[in-house]
Amino acid sequence: MSDWEDRRNLSVEYLADRAKFVRLETLRLTRIAGAGHYSSTFSCAELLSALYYGHLRIDPQNPTWPDRDRFILSKGHAAIGLYPILADLGFFPPTELDNFTRLGSAFGDHPDMKKITGIDFSSGSLGHGLSVAVGMALAGRITRRDYRTYCMLGDGELNEGQIWEAAMAAGQFKLQGLVAIVDRNQLSIDGPTEKVMSVEPIHERFAAFGWDVRRIDGHDLPTILQTLDDLKPAGRGKPQMIVADTIKGRGVKYMELSLDWHVGNLVGQDYDDAWAEIEAGLQPRNKENA
Amino acid sequence: MMGSKGNVGQDQSTLFRGDDTELRLKDERSVRGTPAKAMPAFILGEELADLADSDPRIVVATADLANSSRTRDFANRHPERFIDFGIAERNMITAAAGMASCGLIPYVATFASFCAILGAEAIRTDCAYPRMKVRVVGHHSGISMGFYGTSHHSTEDLGMMRTIADLTVVCAADANQLRAILRASVEHPGAMYIRLGRGRDAPVYDDVPSDFAFGKAIRLREGTDLTIITTGSQVHASLAAADRLAEEGISVRVVDMHTIKPLDAEAVRSAARETGAILTVEEHNIIGGLGSAVAEVLVEEARIPFRRHGIMDEYSLIGPPAALYAHYRLDAEGVAAVARELLEGKA
Repeated sequence: MSDWEDRRNLSVEYLADRAKFVRLETLRLTRIAGAGHYSSTFSCAELLSALYYGHLRIDPQNPTWPDRDRFILSKGHAAIGLYPILADLGFFPPTELDNFTRLGSAFGDHPDMKKITGIDFSSGSLGHGLSVAVGMALAGRITRRDYRTYCMLGDGELNEGQIWEAAMAAGQFKLQGLVAIVDRNQLSIDGPTEKVMSVEPIHERFAAFGWDVRRIDGHDLPTILQTLDDLKPAGRGKPQMIVADTIKGRGVKYMELSLDWHVGNLVGQDYDDAWAEIEAGLQPRNKENA
Repeated sequence: MMGSKGNVGQDQSTLFRGDDTELRLKDERSVRGTPAKAMPAFILGEELADLADSDPRIVVATADLANSSRTRDFANRHPERFIDFGIAERNMITAAAGMASCGLIPYVATFASFCAILGAEAIRTDCAYPRMKVRVVGHHSGISMGFYGTSHHSTEDLGMMRTIADLTVVCAADANQLRAILRASVEHPGAMYIRLGRGRDAPVYDDVPSDFAFGKAIRLREGTDLTIITTGSQVHASLAAADRLAEEGISVRVVDMHTIKPLDAEAVRSAARETGAILTVEEHNIIGGLGSAVAEVLVEEARIPFRRHGIMDEYSLIGPPAALYAHYRLDAEGVAAVARELLEGKA
């Protein structure tokens, strides 16, 4: 499991199981903290699973490998879903998460690169990650390394002006090795993004900035894997963007597209019910919910 | 206002070439033709290029001010390691942090107002907090941009930068000291804010100081009646003020507190002990900068006559730099006058 090329051959069933693991760990860790970002994490569970178990060139035994792919979780509030993956892959012992958010823990709501092995850059203040990724991609060019730099963005995060500074720079510098993934889960805290501050048409906006953009179902693992496989290597060309249409809160029915679960804490029967629902696996969504 | 940020570079290199107010009164073309031999060159790009010759980690970036900062000199010699981010300072600073995380040492330069004030959050969150080796170079600091006005002044940057943990904050008094700072900065851990004047400041140091160390103040002149603790662009004026005061029989120690953080507290304590009065002089608001840093040390020592001198918590008038320095008493005569006032109250 330590070799990224072996991980690329993992089955879709296994990756779906790992996405389930992300959601269950999010429930468990949130209960330790007393509050956590459920729905923003659930929306990107399949994306994180596909990236970390099935795609990224990383080696948990050599976390500072200079040729590794970089991953920046610009929507840092979904870190609660990333920590369990890093532990599961062997970046650090899973027991370290049992102290999640307690006094002195390395693990807070947002990831800290100086405290957590496997985190390529600290995040939390929205709008910064794409600029970090531009810098990493430029560094790859300057140091003649062929890694790719991946940056996961929230959709509400696209409101931030610095995103567009970075988007402009990525197009200008032809950073083909830069891959942005937008977790298009439709909601920011105050409501649907299109009501709060419209981000659409994402495709056209980024294309106009010189990006190669494709749009996929962000919960469909075979599609995600195929899209990642189709990415071009690092080099001079258009930066690449995957707009992943997702459902905020996906996996627990009453959280799906609900504004109430951006931050929350499940206890008692609610916790057990959510756990059982996630255990049963993703169910097709009804038309009326869509 | 279209392109106001982007166009000043051309003008700046000529209009700010000299300190002489009269330059403004001449025909603009004749000003442009005026040789600047008397003034020191802005060596930022040249020195960084020299360092980069033997260090492949050094990269340089600017935000559409390659001429103003003279980072053009670096670009000409190391084009593959020079990045112009356009007029997008936050992106530049954060991207520099990304580069630093991959082992590079980025020096990013723009007007102090646009890196330290506009970019403060990127400096704090992306550079200092993860301890990235990013060197943010804020040039044309203070009121040195004169009639460009408050949008282009930075009289708050030291105060803002000083509250950021794990950030070294340092000011260059002249070209030679800037060379020393840049050389010492390469191996210095963590993030750094380097504050420069117009880059053509009158020389203070005859040679590049070989014993420069961050956090170690330099005693430039001995004295017994008063210590002027100063930094960056005000070192020259403070030395000149000390000369004038000496003619009046007033003996003034002058300390170049180039590093605002970490502050050389012992230099403050010994000045208090040995000269009994301290005047701080800075091209900055008297709130939050060098004066505040020195006051924080003094308040725990025996009370002595103390005064902070700088911009008195206001936005600068419009005017050419030399006129502004005189107005705010930040030239030699002004600093000397403030020193006299302080000493009148000394027992």
